Amino acid sequence: MAGRGNQVIAETGHYALVLALMLSIIQGVFPVIGAKSGDLRLMAVGQSTAIGTFLLIALSFAALTHAYMTSDFSLQNVFENSHSAKPMLYKITGVWGNHEGSMLLWILILSFFGALVSLFGNTLPPDLRSNVLGVQAWITIAFLLFILLTSNPFVRLDPAPFEGSDLNPILQDIGLAIHPPMLYLGYVGFSVTFSFAVAAMISGRIDAAWAKWVRPWALGAWICLTAGISMGSYWAYYELGWGGWWFWDPVENASFIPWLAGTALLHSALVMEKRDALKIWTILLAIITFSMSLLGTFLVRSGVLTSVHSFANDPERGVFILMILLIFIGGSLTLFALRASSLKAGGLFRPVSREGALVFNNVFLATAAATVLVGTLYPLVVEAVSGAKISVGAPFFNATFGPLMIPLLIMVPFGPLLSWKRAEFLPALHNLFWVAGAALLAVIIVLAFSSDQPVLASLGIGLAVWCMLGAFAEIASRAGFLKAGLSIGFARLGGIPRTMWGTAFGHFGLGVLLMGVVCASAFQKETVAELAVGETLSVSGYLVRFDGMVPVTGPNFTESVAKLNVTSEKGDSFTLLPAKRFYPARRMPTTEAAIETIGFSQLYIALGDAADDGKTVIRAWWKPNITLIWFGTIFMVLGGLLSLSYRRLRVGVAKTAKSQQKSREGSQHASA
Amino acid sequence: MRLRETILIFSALCAMLAVNLPQLAFAVNPDEVLQDVTLEKRARDLSSIIRCMKCQNQSIDDSDADLAKDLRVLVRDRLTKGDTDQEVLDYLVDRYGEFVLLKPSFSVANSLLWLAPLLTLLFGVFFAWRVMSTRQPATTSSTAIAALSKSERDTLSKILDDQE
Repeated sequence: MAGRGNQVIAETGHYALVLALMLSIIQGVFPVIGAKSGDLRLMAVGQSTAIGTFLLIALSFAALTHAYMTSDFSLQNVFENSHSAKPMLYKITGVWGNHEGSMLLWILILSFFGALVSLFGNTLPPDLRSNVLGVQAWITIAFLLFILLTSNPFVRLDPAPFEGSDLNPILQDIGLAIHPPMLYLGYVGFSVTFSFAVAAMISGRIDAAWAKWVRPWALGAWICLTAGISMGSYWAYYELGWGGWWFWDPVENASFIPWLAGTALLHSALVMEKRDALKIWTILLAIITFSMSLLGTFLVRSGVLTSVHSFANDPERGVFILMILLIFIGGSLTLFALRASSLKAGGLFRPVSREGALVFNNVFLATAAATVLVGTLYPLVVEAVSGAKISVGAPFFNATFGPLMIPLLIMVPFGPLLSWKRAEFLPALHNLFWVAGAALLAVIIVLAFSSDQPVLASLGIGLAVWCMLGAFAEIASRAGFLKAGLSIGFARLGGIPRTMWGTAFGHFGLGVLLMGVVCASAFQKETVAELAVGETLSVSGYLVRFDGMVPVTGPNFTESVAKLNVTSEKGDSFTLLPAKRFYPARRMPTTEAAIETIGFSQLYIALGDAADDGKTVIRAWWKPNITLIWFGTIFMVLGGLLSLSYRRLRVGVAKTAKSQQKSREGSQHASA
Repeated sequence: MRLRETILIFSALCAMLAVNLPQLAFAVNPDEVLQDVTLEKRARDLSSIIRCMKCQNQSIDDSDADLAKDLRVLVRDRLTKGDTDQEVLDYLVDRYGEFVLLKPSFSVANSLLWLAPLLTLLFGVFFAWRVMSTRQPATTSSTAIAALSKSERDTLSKILDDQE
């Protein structure tokens, strides 16, 4: 079936991958030697090879994508994960819906970032840039070897089968189409901060200007990771069909740990950039954050999560990634241990200061990251050591992670109000009186108007209001709304730097997210009933009538759709169509929930089992303000983008620094 | 008294964030539900911390697997027979092992797990305290590792000044 042309394309992709390996070996050796010996020509090798590696890997990725689009089942990978009857969109997303393809995507993004450093790193000192590109190349080499030796997507089948065995139906979803690439952009984005950290330790230059270069990368990676996790959460919420939005699943934790560490990195890099302090810690966080990304990749990709035994039975891939982990984490930490002593802490500050608040933030975020890490790995370690099987699930994480977040959330509005070096609490508190008043008001209102669980929920909502409004306290005090009045205050808003807006939006998003979490968990209503045609159930004022089942045939599945007529108290009515799907190629049933968004809240309906007599179980949830969870993350991403856009404008400053450096070098040459 | 109240409210808030989050999703079928409301509530709370052993990281409250259903019925059965919550859990651990608990027990074997957050926090606080109480002239930072030249320092301070 597959023509000669197809074969040529697939083999070209394979060949390009091997060439990319060769090129990245060059990139990993010569620029680093050049940086050591000060040879500018050797250093320049890094730039062209980085771009070349990216182009070759992109070619390889395009070849694999082509194989998926044309259903070239002579590739084992396509045969195992695709099907000719699949919609084109899911054929394409199928490229990274499997182990081999997703690793290829991982490395495509890695080399893309390398190319970006190469193209836009003109303002970096040449030796730093060369070392960064060198370290990037080492990571690329490791993962290219991993793909080529253990997870090659270009392995051929002869004779080629006539039909593929389909993609996991749960994964056939638009959410999944964009979720892993976003996540990988985040994961791999932190490789750049890692490379910067290692490069700085190699060349021995770590100063505030270094932090200035690193922060946009950390911020960019953080934005992508935040968006990726958020999408993953919403995907799980509507696709898995039982309405949870975060499960503390090891796969989720694998992305959440780097996020927590990355958030800490973002904050400590700020201190390093502005105050030349916390250097050791920032370097360490840069190492830890990417190490956690690698660990996440290991956890998800080695199969160790499903069972330690299955990992031990088929250890090739797992052991390979474990080796990569050991080399990079161990190597960077060793380098860190050697260099850390020469990196004395810079600027001094009092415990009560902006720096102090950011240290507080870092301590709690790092503890939270460690908690999630230990909880995720503990069952694996216990099983490996004693053979006993234990579970560490959501109840553990809620009992440990939840309390850790409370002091952090209380402190969030204070941080930006404290001045650098030394500050006092009282003036900061003065700027927060109106916020505290509003939060208290929220608590009282909730207490007065709700019947069930009022105390706990109201405190949670008060904390959310505290975060949301407190996020803008710094801007409000800068604009002087309280002192100068509204009109002057608004006039001053324009002069407030965009990074400050970025911080405000980010922290506001955190409050919004908390609001969603508290409302959706404390005030959720649920009804489960077995309904015959024409019968109704009611949930939180909505009357749901079951109008019967309709069979539907989709492109590669069959489904039975329940027709539900929903009427609100006001008399509005709409139709919801939850379904049970069946994918014959994998003999796998799925549940498709029906969701109606009303304001920020959602009516979530999923089908249970159908009885023989035509009755069916219907589960209906009223999830008040649940969308705020994801709106919160949107605000966080927006805050990050605001901050990033401001930084982009500042590239010129760094350029000035370089041109000055050049002129300095010029004058030195002249004097010599 | 004020302090006690504060602690009480604080721990209540912790408990809220901690206890209420997992009760988001239910796979309970109508025929399983007990008539006794308080007993049913206890059954639901228990179900959310018992693992469906066939599933990947799902509680029996979340899962619609047959095994989960059997366990839900079993839990309700034990509760109606007058078992306390702890007795139900003990019974399940006896039959299926610790694996069935989504929240590991506070045992010696699990001490590292449960103490990890506290130990990390203490270590972090200690580390932060060390950082903040170290008295060092600010200049050592630039001299210890490849010292910045005068013009580099000027450039740097210019960059930093621009930021303000």
